[in-house]
Amino acid sequence: MKEIAEKVVAGDVRTVARLIRDIDDGMPHVRDALKRLFPHTGRAYVIGITGAPGVGKSTLVDQMISHLRKNGKTVGVLAVDPTSPFSGGAILGDRVRMQRHSMDEGVFIRSLATRGHFGGLTQSTRSAIDVLDAMGKDYILVETVGVGQDEVDVVRSAHTTLIVVIPGMGDDIQAIKAGILEVGDIFVINKADRDGTDKTMSDLRLMIDMDQRKYKDGKWKPPILKIQAVFDQGVKELMDSIEEHRLYNLKAHGELPFRKRKDRVGQELAEMVKARLIEEVLGNLVESGAFDLAVEEIVAGKLDPYTACERIVIPVLGKRP
Amino acid sequence: MVQKRRLRVMVAKPGLDGHDRGARIIARAFRDAGFEVVYTGLHQTPEQIVDAAIQEDVDLIGLSSLAGAHRYLFPRVVEILRERKAEDIMVCGGGIVPEDDIPVMKKAGIKEIFTPGTTLDSIVAWVNANVKPR
Repeated sequence: MKEIAEKVVAGDVRTVARLIRDIDDGMPHVRDALKRLFPHTGRAYVIGITGAPGVGKSTLVDQMISHLRKNGKTVGVLAVDPTSPFSGGAILGDRVRMQRHSMDEGVFIRSLATRGHFGGLTQSTRSAIDVLDAMGKDYILVETVGVGQDEVDVVRSAHTTLIVVIPGMGDDIQAIKAGILEVGDIFVINKADRDGTDKTMSDLRLMIDMDQRKYKDGKWKPPILKIQAVFDQGVKELMDSIEEHRLYNLKAHGELPFRKRKDRVGQELAEMVKARLIEEVLGNLVESGAFDLAVEEIVAGKLDPYTACERIVIPVLGKRP
Repeated sequence: MVQKRRLRVMVAKPGLDGHDRGARIIARAFRDAGFEVVYTGLHQTPEQIVDAAIQEDVDLIGLSSLAGAHRYLFPRVVEILRERKAEDIMVCGGGIVPEDDIPVMKKAGIKEIFTPGTTLDSIVAWVNANVKPR
C-alpha cells in the first residue's frame, strides 16, 4: 500500500488510473492508500461544473483545460456520466470533446459512471479528487449533470461551482425553485448566440437579486456570464471570474486549505461515516441473503417493512429500542 | 463487499474515417451488457487511443475501422501498448477487414476481428468469455 501511495505522489499514471478504478469498485484496500495520500492533499483547486445534458459542459471543460494549460497549470478532470438503471452499464462520452488533451502529460482525464452503489457517488468522487490532488494536479475539474442529491453534494464540495445553462431552458419559476441553482458561485449561459439569452440572463439575475440580503458585507454575489464555449468566446472572462472567486475564498477563509475548514470537515466526515455504515450493514445483509429473505417475507404479507427494518437495525446497534 | 469489478471497455475510431454508426451501436450493445464504455470519438491517433485507455483503466480496446487503414492502425495500437508496458489491455477490432488480413491482424496481437454481419450478441458473448476485468 505504501508503494501505491508513493507512486501516486510521484505522478504515475497507471497507478492513479488503477487506484481510481479500485475506489469505484469498492475494493477495501483503497482505504489504506487513501489514508497515506491524505497528507498530500489540499493543494489542488477544485472546480465543479454542472448543468443539464446538452448544455455544453464537456466542451466548456475542454476550453478550460486549454486556458489553464496556457498558464502552466496542470489539470485533472473527472467527468461523471449516468449508469443505466437497467443494465448497470454506461456510455461515458464526455471524453469525446476533450480528446485533443489526451496526450498532454499535464492533463489526466477520467470518466466515471454514477453506478448508484451503496457507498455513494459523493464518496467515491471525493476520493478520486483526493487521488488527483495527491498526484499533484493544480486544478481539478469535476463535471456532472447535477441530478439528485449525490451530484449536488459532489459539486458542493468544489471550491468554485459553475452552473451552466442555455437560453430557453425553463421560465422564471424554474429559476426561483430550490435546488442546484442555489449552489452556484458563477452562472454560465452557454450558446449565448441563441434567441432568449437576454431573457435567461434577466431570469437568473432576478433569482440572484432576490437573495440580496445574502450578499451584504462583501459576500460573494454570483456573476452571470454569457459564453460560446465551442468558439472559446467568453471563456477567458470566465477563467478571470473563477480566479476572482478563488481570491475571494482565500480572503474570506484565510490561508486555511478549503477542505480543512471546520464546516467542510464535519460534512465530509458525516458523509464518510454514513457511506461506510451503509456499505457494511447493507452489504453484509445482501451478501448473507438476509435482505432478500426480508423482502420475500414482506411480499408474502408475513411481515411489515417497519418490523423488518427494526430487525435489521437493532442487532447492529446492539440494543433494544 | 457488494461491489464487484465492472468491465470497462473503450470503443475507439482510429485514423481518418468518418463512419461511427457501427462504433456507436457496439457501444450501446456493450452498455446494455452491463459494461462501462468509454467512447473516444472520431479521428483518433493510435497514441491518443492508448493514452486515453491507460487513463481510463479499461480492460479492452475495441477498434473500429471502415476506411481500409486497419493494417497499419490496429497493430500500431498494440505496439504502443507494449511500449507503455500496458499490454495487459486487450485489443479487438471490427469493420471492413478482408478475410486475408485477419491472420495478419491476429499475428500482430489483435485478439479477434469482427467482420460485417457479426451479431451484437456474439460480440458481447466473446467479450464475456475472453475479457476478464483485471
